[in-house]
Amino acid sequence: MSETAAPRASALQARLAELSRFARAFRRNPLGMVGLFIGLLLILAAIFAPWLATHDPYAPDFGGRLTPPGAEYWLGSDELGRDIYTRILYGSRITLFIVALVIFTSAPIGLFMGVISGYFGGWIDAVLMRITDVFLAVPKLLLALAFVAVLGPGIVNAALAITLTAWPPYARLARAETLAVRNADYINAIRLAGASPIRIIARHVVPMCTSSMLVRVTFDMAGIILIAAGLGFIGLGAQPPLPEWGAMIASGRRFIFDQWWVAAMPGAAIFLVSLGFNLLGDALRDLLDPHAVRRT
Amino acid sequence: MTTNPGTRSTRAAGRALRLGGSLASVALTIAITLLGLVALTFFIGRIVPIDPVLTIVGEKAPPEVYDRVYRELGLDQPLITQFLYYLRDIARGDLGQSYTTDRAVLSDILRFFPATFELAVLGIIIGVALGVPAGVIAAVKRDTWVDHIVRIVALIGYSVPIFWLALMGLLVFYAKLQWVGGPGQLDIGYAYSYTRVTGFILVDTALSGDWAVFANAVSHIALPALLIGYYSMAYISRMTRSVMLEQLSSEYVLAARIKGASEYTVVVRHALRNAAIPLVTIVALSFGGLLEGSVLIETVFSWPGLGNYIAQSLLGGDMNAVLGGTLVVGTIFVLLNVGSDLLYRLLDPRTKAAAQ
Repeated sequence: MSETAAPRASALQARLAELSRFARAFRRNPLGMVGLFIGLLLILAAIFAPWLATHDPYAPDFGGRLTPPGAEYWLGSDELGRDIYTRILYGSRITLFIVALVIFTSAPIGLFMGVISGYFGGWIDAVLMRITDVFLAVPKLLLALAFVAVLGPGIVNAALAITLTAWPPYARLARAETLAVRNADYINAIRLAGASPIRIIARHVVPMCTSSMLVRVTFDMAGIILIAAGLGFIGLGAQPPLPEWGAMIASGRRFIFDQWWVAAMPGAAIFLVSLGFNLLGDALRDLLDPHAVRRT
Repeated sequence: MTTNPGTRSTRAAGRALRLGGSLASVALTIAITLLGLVALTFFIGRIVPIDPVLTIVGEKAPPEVYDRVYRELGLDQPLITQFLYYLRDIARGDLGQSYTTDRAVLSDILRFFPATFELAVLGIIIGVALGVPAGVIAAVKRDTWVDHIVRIVALIGYSVPIFWLALMGLLVFYAKLQWVGGPGQLDIGYAYSYTRVTGFILVDTALSGDWAVFANAVSHIALPALLIGYYSMAYISRMTRSVMLEQLSSEYVLAARIKGASEYTVVVRHALRNAAIPLVTIVALSFGGLLEGSVLIETVFSWPGLGNYIAQSLLGGDMNAVLGGTLVVGTIFVLLNVGSDLLYRLLDPRTKAAAQ
């Protein structure tokens, strides 16, 4: 074994030990486990939708229109005779896609703005935080709606609109974390050793932000799912015939009093998934965020 | 300790000066944020792929008419000049013309706002009346079954898609149980039996003196009001709980306990009074959230409010109305946001000390 490999292996061991400690602590939180289970269910449903489905998600079958839940249609069928269970399965792909797109755009934008703002301070900080405050102070859903209205309806545009309203909390968070470590001894030591600001930020400041960012991301997933569903419901998100859950509720609205399942089932799916992410977020915050008041 | 009157008055003057300074900085914050909001709506309005000249002159207009309107709208000016024109129009209360209703957007908004405001006020009253006690009890009885129930009820409240819950509410309480009225503010038969005075349906029907109409209005507003009440209660109870937990674990509470104060005194006179200041912020934010959420809830209940107006305009591509509505709701939102922050600073001596 070479001389550099040994410390690396022990670092890996330390990481693994930390991870298993974390997993043990997480297992003790039953609600968190329920949340994790729901999250995994969503991912599995999205991956294996073609194998789990019982029908074609798009093909109309006018003989089986608006059939109540039963042996043929597990969760009933909609106004075009499409199986709602199958459509919900495929809809999980759209939900995951929107959530992932929003998270992978808004979290890095927020992280970048926050870290730059916190690290350099001065007028850069003042300008960036003013912009952040403006976005934080305006109503999120309305802003997203207005953006989608001009960008045109669709999944990607809906996700972009949500991103535009979702990044500011990450910027605030990353800035606070950066301020906390900016003048720490270890950062000063690295600076004295001659590290460039980019290196300091990328290698030593950003990693300090990850755990609180992760908690925030998990919480936000529920909110993103709800806003995306709201956009779909109003008719500005995914367009028919895509099986987006919010749009499915909108089309089931016409039959709500007689064929309640058309709107009820996709809504239950949204509720379940957002509940799952909230539970998961609660559990992660209790474990990862030492600043938060313990709320369990 | 004795202080001579001279230093006391300088101290008071210093305090007044600091207060004036913090008021000025708050005013500046509000101004910058509102300017940012206006810039956002301006920007959104500029990237609309619809040619504003064509919507006025029509497809078949001769080029010279097109050019004239183009100049009249100021579109030949640099963007910054256009923005200043936009600011001037807004300062004059001119939000443009609604394409669908063919009225000035501002008069549309003023017409639809009372219905939204009425619903949101009822919602926030229900939310505070249920949420604050629930949060306090959950914090006091921490980790007991009471606490768990409060937390689960709140968790469901902010996990559920509100428009779906509204549909389910209509299905169960209107269609099946027939406990409440359906969508709209009144049954069709009552629609012309009152005169619009304030725009608040409960007030107007009460003024009409016909109790059957008033009762009908109550049966219609009950379900949406309870729903958004539940929605804000979920947020308020959760925040109240965590604020109260923080207070109950602080040293002054311990001191009060050691002194032998009763549980009621400790919780209500000491902890709740200190929790009141953050609670004001929480309630203000939650009220702003209700105004915004009206877009979804009013669509479901066909409620003739601002939310419904914005949703209809969105679908009709009526951007003047959408941006005007966004601007008005956004302004209220910002004022609530910054206003509660200001109140916080005025009421809490510690934030004043920290700001120095």
